[in-house]
Amino acid sequence: MREAITSAAGSKVGRRLPDAPLDAVAALGRGVFAACRATGSLTLFALSGVSHLLRPPFYGRMFLRAFIEFGYFSLPVVALTAIFTGMVLALQSSTGLARFSAETAMPSLVVLSITRELGPVLAGLMVAGRVGAAMAAEIGTMRVTDQIDALQTLSTDPMKYLVAPRLLAGAVALPLLVLVGDILGVMGGFLIATVSLGFNAATYLRNTVDYLQTIDVVSGLVKAAVFGFIIALLGCFHGYSSRGGAQGVGAATTSAVVAASVLILAFDYGLTELFFAK
Amino acid sequence: MTDALTAAGLHTFYGKSHILHGVSLNVAEGMITTLLGRNGAGKTTTLRSLVGLTPAREGRIVTFGQDTTRWPPFRIAALGVGYVPEGRRIFPNLTVEENLKVPNGRAGDWSIERIYALFPRLAERKSNRGRQLSGGEQEMLAIARALLLNPRLLILDEPSQGLAPRVVQEVFAIVARMRAEGISVLLVEQNVRQSLAVADHAFVLDDGMVVWSGPAVELAADETRVRTLTGATAEDWEGAAPRVLPAG
Repeated sequence: MREAITSAAGSKVGRRLPDAPLDAVAALGRGVFAACRATGSLTLFALSGVSHLLRPPFYGRMFLRAFIEFGYFSLPVVALTAIFTGMVLALQSSTGLARFSAETAMPSLVVLSITRELGPVLAGLMVAGRVGAAMAAEIGTMRVTDQIDALQTLSTDPMKYLVAPRLLAGAVALPLLVLVGDILGVMGGFLIATVSLGFNAATYLRNTVDYLQTIDVVSGLVKAAVFGFIIALLGCFHGYSSRGGAQGVGAATTSAVVAASVLILAFDYGLTELFFAK
Repeated sequence: MTDALTAAGLHTFYGKSHILHGVSLNVAEGMITTLLGRNGAGKTTTLRSLVGLTPAREGRIVTFGQDTTRWPPFRIAALGVGYVPEGRRIFPNLTVEENLKVPNGRAGDWSIERIYALFPRLAERKSNRGRQLSGGEQEMLAIARALLLNPRLLILDEPSQGLAPRVVQEVFAIVARMRAEGISVLLVEQNVRQSLAVADHAFVLDDGMVVWSGPAVELAADETRVRTLTGATAEDWEGAAPRVLPAG
């Protein structure tokens, strides 16, 4: 290409354009094309997964299996994260608010932070690390050991059997996890406030309930449903696209977790803007 | 006699590698057809093209009267094409029973109960995971799984590979029984003599081309060619024009 540009410019014979700038442009172009290709593939994969959710046959057993893996087995890690987050929030906000003599706002700050933001985001990130990686590894292993081919030859559409039930499980299980996490997070804050910071228990609970609105909880649950879908989608997509044996499966696992984490944060901003921007 | 499957002029590639160079073959209904050839001749690629896993770039495949050349594998399977791949590819983390529940089969005579009657060993091990089975049991499970599609055509890729001689006998007995059940069979095997003993018709493949086709008994009677098969080249088969369908 470099020679072609040189020739087209009618430059002297033998004169070449400098390498570094063209290489940088070429690398940038390749990167943009790769990003467009990956976005297009992911979008088509997501649309295909959703369309398979709407058409029979439905694999209830596979959904139940994915739901248990997504929800039940993630409960301990989400619960611990929520409790400690609530405790830290209570401690941090009490010292911060004391500077403005506004300690009484602490219960509402804790509950709003957890229900609107920290509950769904932290649960999403924890589950992305745990379940998203496991999904990518499982489906990736099936891909590189030809088990997905075997599924197809058994008249079973892998998108319907492997992907669609996981997408649904992700979108259903994460909101339930977040709901539990919200309650435990508030309890964590309550524990620190009443035991260490000398808050009256009844006042704390009244302040928590009085300032909490339905939209705070609902927005968090909607975020969780979207994050759950994203985690399952990227786990399935990277697993399904993996190539090259064990090394390919490892790369797919890493990509699934990294991409899901970044998308969770990006969608968190978008959804917050959608729900709360004035 | 009608054909269960007809392939004409298949050209299949892996990336830039041209593997099949115009393969044409047919499987007659209710018969056992065997596809023979040395390692790397293109037998597995031919089967993968026929079941849609590695689609042919050129050529035409007609399965039970329908043009399935561009069909995805699960649609071809739904027509009643059972495929037992090389290396079995059972699901190692599922139990025997769960493996048998995966096929999304057509309505027909084959049920899990009938499978257990045919393969009592699988019934004994139905709660064991796939990875806990021996090679022979895995082969039985792979065949059983394909049978639960209630196939009209069963395609087997090296079913005796890595099995003990006694188990190989059992596998070939099952293949012969499929013909009695009215199921057409396309069998790829390295075990040339045993394949020819059960087959009605044979195709020999070399370097991605069919170099011979004809009645299995005719090939079995030609000791020189049977010997050559393990290391056959296209030149060895010259003079024996392939009797296959024209492309298109």
